[in-house]
Amino acid sequence: MARVLAVSGNEAVAEALRQINPDVCAAYPITPQTELMQRFSSFVSDGKVDTELILVESEHSAMSACIGASAAGGRVATATSSQGLALMWEMLYIAAGLRLPIIMPVVNRALSAPLNIHCDHTDAMGARDSGWIQLWSENAQEAYDNTIQAFRIAEHMDIRLPVIICMDGFIIGHSIQRIEYLEDSEVKNFVGEYKALNPILDIDNPKSYGPLILPDLFHEYKRAQHEVTTNVKRVVLEVAEEFEKISGRKYGFFDAYRLEDAEIAIVILNSAAGTSKDVIDEFRDRGIKAGLLKPRLFRPFPYEEVADALKHLRAICVLDRSDSFGGYGPLFLEVSSALCQLESRPKIINKIYGLGGRDYLPQHAEQVLEELIEIAKTEKISIIKEYIGVRE
Amino acid sequence: MAVDLRLRELSRKEDLFTHGHRMCSGCGAPILVKMVLLATDYPVIACSATGCLEVSSCISTYTAWKIPWIHSAFENAAATISGVETMYRLYKKKGMINKEIKFVAFCGDGGTYDIGLQSLSGAAERGHDMLYVCYDNGAYMNTGIQRSSATPLGANTTTCPAGSVIPGKQQERKNLTRIMAAHGIPYTAQASISNWLDLMKKVRKAHSIKGPKFMNILSPCNRGWRSRTDDAILLSRLAVDTCYWPLYEVENGITRVTFKPKEKKPIVDFLKPQGRFGHLFSPENEWIIKKLQEDVDKEWERLLRESSQQ
Repeated sequence: MARVLAVSGNEAVAEALRQINPDVCAAYPITPQTELMQRFSSFVSDGKVDTELILVESEHSAMSACIGASAAGGRVATATSSQGLALMWEMLYIAAGLRLPIIMPVVNRALSAPLNIHCDHTDAMGARDSGWIQLWSENAQEAYDNTIQAFRIAEHMDIRLPVIICMDGFIIGHSIQRIEYLEDSEVKNFVGEYKALNPILDIDNPKSYGPLILPDLFHEYKRAQHEVTTNVKRVVLEVAEEFEKISGRKYGFFDAYRLEDAEIAIVILNSAAGTSKDVIDEFRDRGIKAGLLKPRLFRPFPYEEVADALKHLRAICVLDRSDSFGGYGPLFLEVSSALCQLESRPKIINKIYGLGGRDYLPQHAEQVLEELIEIAKTEKISIIKEYIGVRE
Repeated sequence: MAVDLRLRELSRKEDLFTHGHRMCSGCGAPILVKMVLLATDYPVIACSATGCLEVSSCISTYTAWKIPWIHSAFENAAATISGVETMYRLYKKKGMINKEIKFVAFCGDGGTYDIGLQSLSGAAERGHDMLYVCYDNGAYMNTGIQRSSATPLGANTTTCPAGSVIPGKQQERKNLTRIMAAHGIPYTAQASISNWLDLMKKVRKAHSIKGPKFMNILSPCNRGWRSRTDDAILLSRLAVDTCYWPLYEVENGITRVTFKPKEKKPIVDFLKPQGRFGHLFSPENEWIIKKLQEDVDKEWERLLRESSQQ
């Protein structure tokens, strides 16, 4: 029997970690993630988990200690946000390059300067090329479900790669939402026993981790990492299918909302998808064929499937909650890359919204959909990339 | 079973750091790694920071380590091994490992005094059961002899070259051994490969104590010190006999000088054979040698005072 509760996103993910009972968690406080590891620390203090906590002196050391514990043979997790993720940047590549299945919820927050503690996606987008798998979550339920599935994906013997689970800082991390928790035993059975691969603590079979590899083999090493990443899509779907059996909740590479017969659509990550869906319903009521695509698996990006889901549209707006200054938004680049392989493709524009916690309001979605109606009619785009919701 | 710290016994022990590593000939680091591992009578797991030892000991599919070993990055060996040690403690608690395993980090002075100081300080404060060994060669030798905070006053390096206006490094060394002792960890020591028995006894003692232990071991680098390739032991001995590198330990707050030279030699005896100090012997730089001598005397007297108070 599922337990239905009202909890914050941070609380939901902490609960998932309690149910999974990792061997080691190394963490460092940062807003808006702090609450997550705080709650988990109470589980440790109250003996509800067997986890060893390493309360380090920086996020760089948090990820370094996770790398050590994971290589030692443990099931390992941490969590962070923003500057913390940026400080880990060097170690993210090393965790992935060493094929260590570390799990890390990222409670998305803007990057300084100026200093800001509120939501945008700049932090996780900075980790885009690090080799970590990325799962994005619209609400607390998805963050909880993704966290549980992340362990199975990361630890799959065809994968052995680290996973980031994103949820919006404050908007999801701190707000109370309805959630259905699985039973402890269901989660335990689902994630299963951790299988260590080449653990350092296997003292009788010594392994060296972290060699120097020069031009004679480095390229091949990276190609191998690329090839492993190509297995991820298959495993994500297999794990989702199994998860549906215990939860009744269906997951894939993305959420396609009223997209099948749509002519215009919004592509958007995380919590703002919820607001957008409401507005799409209103447009549908007016007889306008609007839809939405919300990516869940951002790394590796499911290019073919996204292209297939969007190919019949006339106009698309990709909304990015982060900017690549001097370039288009990162999600726009992915969707454009997916579409460019098609013979004929929809018109596509890019809006930058919600930086540093600026609210994404229904009128922003309305404004975007109205523009898409116009583009679909005239087949003309006036501005490809534009900021919306700006105070002038 | 503990092997006696006698050369005949030790020579029969297996080297856990093998021949065929790619360190420069005459380097002090592999000598001290072998000594530390020879003195270790337990299963042992090692960690290295990025640096000379790391890039020369594990390349592609070749490794010189006959024990489990991990390198992740430059500034985080203490944090990395603290993760391994934590996992070990959990396995032990759950009864999944019964063996007593020791954890040792081997890192250069750049990775310890400078970029790795924060992670070392954090690991020391958290109390991980490990021995952190700094092989101090007094500069970033792996990247080509750049100054570090372990570089002595006046030394010529590629980033503080002895020029016509500035005669080498203008700052004194950071006293890292004291900084580590000030953390209040149970054991801190300074050792030298010239005094192998003293070094190995310190390793034995470190392993017998629970908690974080730190050893700073002088590691001559003929490339950076501009010295003969076969002078590593000689220079180490001169460093000890001039009291430039005093041998001492701080055990639970109690300082003990472990070796007093019969006759304390002048600092010039240590400086003379090294090209990095060559420019100090021009008349205009005499003040640097004077200052180095004063600093050595001051620290040595302080250590003797602290040692005699016990």
